[in-house]
Amino acid sequence: MPEWPKDPKYIGKSTPRVDGAKKVSGAAKYAHDVQPEGCLYGVVLRSRWAAAKITSIDLAPALKVRGVKAAILVREGSRQVRYYGDELAAVAATSKRAALDALRAIKVVAEPQPHVVKEHLAARPDAPRVFAETPNTGAGRERKQGDPDKGFAEADVVVEGLYATQVEIHQPMETHGGVASFKDGELTAWHSTQGISGVRDGLSGALELPQNKVRVLGEFMGGGFGSKFSAGVEGLLAARLSQAAGAPVRLMLTRFDESLAVGNRPSTFQKIRVGARADGTLTAFSMESYGCAGYAAGGPSAGGSTNSGFPAPYIYRVPNFRTRHTEVSIHAGPAAAFRAPGCPPASFGIESILDELAVKLGIDPVELRIKNDPMELRQRQYRMAAERFGWAAKYRKPGSSSGPVKTGVGCAGSAWRVPGGGTQAEIEVSPDGSVEIRCGTQDLGTGTHTVIAVVAAELLGLTPADIQVRIADSRFPPSGASGGSMTVTSVTPAVFDVCTKAIEELMRTSGLADVRGPQWRAACRKLGVSPLVLQGRWIDGLSAAGTGGVQMAEVEVDTETGFVRVKRVTCVQDAGLLVNELTARSQANGGIMMGIGYALYENRVMDSTSGVMLNPNFETYKLPGIADVPEIDVAFMDLLERRVMGIGEPVTIPTASAIANAVANAIGARVTSLPITPDKVLAALGKVPGAARDNPHDAWMSLFATQPA
Amino acid sequence: MKPIERSSGGAGAPAHVVSRRAFLRGLGTAAVTAAATSTAAVAAEMEKAGGEATVGPGEVPLEFVLNGKPVRTAAEPRETLLDVLRARFGLTGAKEGCDRGTCGACTVLLDGKPIYACMRLALEVAGASIETIEGQSLAGGLSPVQAAFVKHDALQCGFCTPGFVMTTTALLRANPTPTEAEVRRACSGHLCRCGSQPHIIRAALAAAGVATTTTSTADSLRHDHA
Repeated sequence: MPEWPKDPKYIGKSTPRVDGAKKVSGAAKYAHDVQPEGCLYGVVLRSRWAAAKITSIDLAPALKVRGVKAAILVREGSRQVRYYGDELAAVAATSKRAALDALRAIKVVAEPQPHVVKEHLAARPDAPRVFAETPNTGAGRERKQGDPDKGFAEADVVVEGLYATQVEIHQPMETHGGVASFKDGELTAWHSTQGISGVRDGLSGALELPQNKVRVLGEFMGGGFGSKFSAGVEGLLAARLSQAAGAPVRLMLTRFDESLAVGNRPSTFQKIRVGARADGTLTAFSMESYGCAGYAAGGPSAGGSTNSGFPAPYIYRVPNFRTRHTEVSIHAGPAAAFRAPGCPPASFGIESILDELAVKLGIDPVELRIKNDPMELRQRQYRMAAERFGWAAKYRKPGSSSGPVKTGVGCAGSAWRVPGGGTQAEIEVSPDGSVEIRCGTQDLGTGTHTVIAVVAAELLGLTPADIQVRIADSRFPPSGASGGSMTVTSVTPAVFDVCTKAIEELMRTSGLADVRGPQWRAACRKLGVSPLVLQGRWIDGLSAAGTGGVQMAEVEVDTETGFVRVKRVTCVQDAGLLVNELTARSQANGGIMMGIGYALYENRVMDSTSGVMLNPNFETYKLPGIADVPEIDVAFMDLLERRVMGIGEPVTIPTASAIANAVANAIGARVTSLPITPDKVLAALGKVPGAARDNPHDAWMSLFATQPA
Repeated sequence: MKPIERSSGGAGAPAHVVSRRAFLRGLGTAAVTAAATSTAAVAAEMEKAGGEATVGPGEVPLEFVLNGKPVRTAAEPRETLLDVLRARFGLTGAKEGCDRGTCGACTVLLDGKPIYACMRLALEVAGASIETIEGQSLAGGLSPVQAAFVKHDALQCGFCTPGFVMTTTALLRANPTPTEAEVRRACSGHLCRCGSQPHIIRAALAAAGVATTTTSTADSLRHDHA
């Protein structure tokens, strides 16, 4: 069995990212920045209707605009559009101005149809249908374990609650898209993507080009969070425009496009019932839930888990449970995999009701979790986190802090289990001792370049700066998409393999007993004139799946304005064998920041009358900013024996739940839906005249009334 | 047509150049609708309505100082500074994240002050000095702010990074020893979806030689977990 070095010099330490200088100097070229000679500017025409039959689209006026080189339809003939923002046509022109002029010249004839953009309205039997042939609600899926009725009968207390999570939009800073260039029957695509191989396969399939005639590049990409696995409609349109115009085409979406059409985290509505003994031991769990992934589960730009399902009762051990989940379709943009798909909504429901249970039983929320969490590691993490955070001194009876600005604390746990694999890599060792590692993976900003350099430097006895890392080119040995927090677990064993093989080969050719470190150059000189090129692949035993984490949050809630401020977050995360602490810490900070957005601000707002998304921009779709940065304390459990694990997703799972519990602890009333906006806080406090304390639930309850449980 | 001259002093627009917002504000609904089909019609409409001299709608010569060097180009009145920097000068360090002044990824310095290049018409910067991220490490090495961003990993995907670096650079020139609150205020016009803000605060303070505060502490607990 292969083993990682026991006394590492770089692994588990902090190495600044090897591509950092390029990123801070503007030298890093993203798909957004690629400008081949003669590159045209591409734009997409989108549906202005939430639901309509498109009878004709006339591109001729667009083609007459000066500078326009190509105009194409997304689909020929009469067609249906199912959301505001659905792609209709695309134009390529010599300048942005000409392209925008041309877009406005296109004539679209449509027959608008009734639409429905709210989940609870879409579930009604008389609602306008998103797909004419099927109802908007699916048949539902049931899961059952043990005897829930018996479990509830055995319970000393039963708690019920209705919890809801919003539609969250990925909003990477770099929008979706790329540059496509056809030349001599071959396509080169610089694409902003989490999976260059998948984009290559998608483009070759759609354009009926041999896979060896399509090359996808993406050395730098400006964030994806699960939404950038495929070529997408925009990638395919760029390629088709390039084919039609005979010139390279750059097609990057606008922020408006990005908000509407390339993915989001589905909404959920969870009616939960939990039974427990007086000592806190859970005896039964039941849940009826709905979720909405837009006009359909999946979609043109989606990848991964695109339905609205989520695990329940998530990480907790409940002997008897029954769950039933139903999908609802509305006339809105499709969902896509989003950082730990399913988990943040799952966490919000179960962690909220566990705190309700803790209050009812008079048990400390941390103790209640330790009692019902089957993972021994996470039980220890709760104790570690409690000590770092000062939980015992901070946790008080809900709503008991004095004054108008109340403080509260909350906690939540997470789990993530996706194993790595399926990666090949190549090493080229030159006679002068220089080393290049090539791998068809990609760096989403998680630090893949750096992680490869760290592992190779460690094994070869060199420094990370000595390693030239080449990734994100579909001509390199293949690796999978970067999703599921499995890049590091997929890539590092393959790098281990090629480095081990290179050492063995160099020992053979040089006759030296050890070729690493100080002997490296001497050994390489013995190669003569030809570099050593070797391939390797993912091997078992170096990486693992099954990480756990715990977070605790302290908030301040102004009971006069309803404003919530996150003061502190403590994160204890099992990181397996940590590869690079500095970049891992950035990921943990990022997960926490994203969790703050999910907890307090982010929400896609749909307008029932027009069927339009009301906030497709950063003024009104609110992301967390630098003013929201709390005191963050991250502790990684760095355990060699647990092998390499990815942490990008698990670190964002429990943040919003911990914050929501802290808000409830602060004010002594619970906001049961995300985001926790000031209006909901004030309503929960009974300070909004005429408004029910759980106002949104009146509408949502109709969801649960429309279907038999 | 003569190049537009910039009024001396300040970063404001010269009186005869209309900002993007003022342009829209100054037009009635009819004229805005007309914009959809004919920029020439809009120009005529504006001249009629405001009585001000108009330029365009074609390209107009433009001169300004870019990263310390005088440059000449031409731009249509409707082109933003960001589009001119990226498309006409190939300076792609400033990014388009929103194209409406909300994300900060396009930040450059206009006479030393950070501005959103997507919210400035190119012709407004005639005669001014523009600094972009590409001008920060001309000597081959990284500036202290850039080096601190790398050292403290104040970036992940890196797309927003040039904007944060430019604003931090401007802040430290004006205020060499800022407090954490001042860093937060200065950078409040920037978004980062990777959530690198904790390390950005740390890097900005480190570049200024100010002791790092409690924001973002971390431990790696190797074999210390029992």
